[in-house]
This record gives sequence, C-alpha cells and structure tokens, in this order.
Amino acid sequence: MDLQKEISGGVLLVRLSGEIDLAVTDCLRVSMDEELERDKLVKNIIVNLAEVTFIDSAGLGVMLGRYRKISRAGGKMFIVGASPQVRRILEISGLLNIMKECPDEKQAMGLAV
Amino acid sequence: MEPVNRVSIQFSSLPANVAFARVAVGSFASQLDFTINDLEEIKVAVSEAVTNAIVHGYGTDAGSIIEIAAGITGDVLTITVADSGRGIDNLANALQPAFTTDPERMGLGFSFMQSFSDSFDIQSEPGKGTRVTMTRICKKGVTPRQGH
Repeated sequence: MDLQKEISGGVLLVRLSGEIDLAVTDCLRVSMDEELERDKLVKNIIVNLAEVTFIDSAGLGVMLGRYRKISRAGGKMFIVGASPQVRRILEISGLLNIMKECPDEKQAMGLAV
Repeated sequence: MEPVNRVSIQFSSLPANVAFARVAVGSFASQLDFTINDLEEIKVAVSEAVTNAIVHGYGTDAGSIIEIAAGITGDVLTITVADSGRGIDNLANALQPAFTTDPERMGLGFSFMQSFSDSFDIQSEPGKGTRVTMTRICKKGVTPRQGH
C-alpha cells in the first residue's frame, strides 16, 4: 500500500494505492490519525481509492473509525474513484450509505471545503 | 466424491500472510472457469477468514499456524481455513452482521464469507480453535484444467 496525504481548506485528502488489508491497517490508521491530531482545523476527509486494487473488512474498519472521529465534530467523509470490485465491497458493507461518493477529487473538494 | 485436485498450505499467523493466502487460493481457484469478479469475491472471503484467525483466533500469538485446504471437485471449489486458537465462545453472536468487539472493525467478516460462498460452515470450540469451510460453485461448470 502507498499513501499520499494533503491538507487544504480544512480537508484531509488521502490517496491510497495497492491492497488494503490487515497488513497495512495499523499504518493507515496511525497515518490518518496523525494528520487529524496535528491539524485540528481538518473537518472533512476525502479518500481517493482509484489506485486501490483490493480491500476487505479490515481496511473498511479503518475508514469507518476515521469517519466516526470526524462525524462527531460534524465532519463528512467522501469516497472518490473506487474500482467496480472495490466499490462492490464498499456497497455491501453499507459504507456508501454513510459516506458521500464522488466521481473525482475536484467534485469532492467542492463539497468538502 | 474425492477432490480431483487439492492443495494445503500452512503458514504463520502474520498479517503479511493474509495477501499470500488469498492470492494462493485465488490462483488455485482459477483452474475453474470463474469470472474475475468471482475470483475477487473468493479472495475477499479467504482474506476475511484468515484475518479472523489472526486477530480473533490467535490474537498477538504470531508464532501460531493457520492451515488452508482447498479442493476442486467437478465445478465446486471447497476452501477450509483452520486455526488452533482461542475459538469462539458465542458463535451465534459472532455470526450476527456488524457484531464486533472492536470499534475499529466492521464486524462484517462472516457476512462477506457467507455472501461470497454458496455454502458456509463454521465449527469452533473455545480453547481449541475454529474451522471455516466455504464452497463456491463455478457456474460455468468447466472441469479443472489438468497439467497446469
């Protein structure tokens, strides 16, 4: 898994690539939480999954945990670019019912800022 | 009926081996004419079973062994994932969708395994371990390719 992070206008943008399973969940969790702790102005999170080739419930759990954190402060989480296979897992899990799905980062940023 | 082809794998209960396990089973399963979507679902089911064995079966005891057996009989793939860990005290609770003991988890491992299998069976005994058996029928019904 690779991870890129950007913060702009109170939005944490996370671009993930590769496979998201138990082997990387601790790293992903710590990395995202560091940003949320460091910049208290971050309210919303955009997760770009365009380059993610696999995700299971361990990976979804990290996303759910971050969603719970920001939603307590009124924030929202946006999902961008999930492949059909990844999107299917997100859909079955119910995460797409609580997170907003956007076709690209630009549109997500427009809603998140 | 005896499987036409079978494999068994033993590996350490380490998170890095989750990917190894699903890729190995996915590769074996590809001897049947599963669609790419079917293979992705099989890989998710294996990933969930192995993750459960590591996280709930053995906890932090990383030196323990997980066993996977897979077999092909006609157009049916059978996958068994077994650990010799703690076992599950309350199986009925564990099988409830979204049941979890950890707020960082979805509690959907068994739901994914059940959704992505044509049959699902779990045997668990506290202190002795857990064995999950899943079957998946290749709807195209092609017999395993021999010699690959």
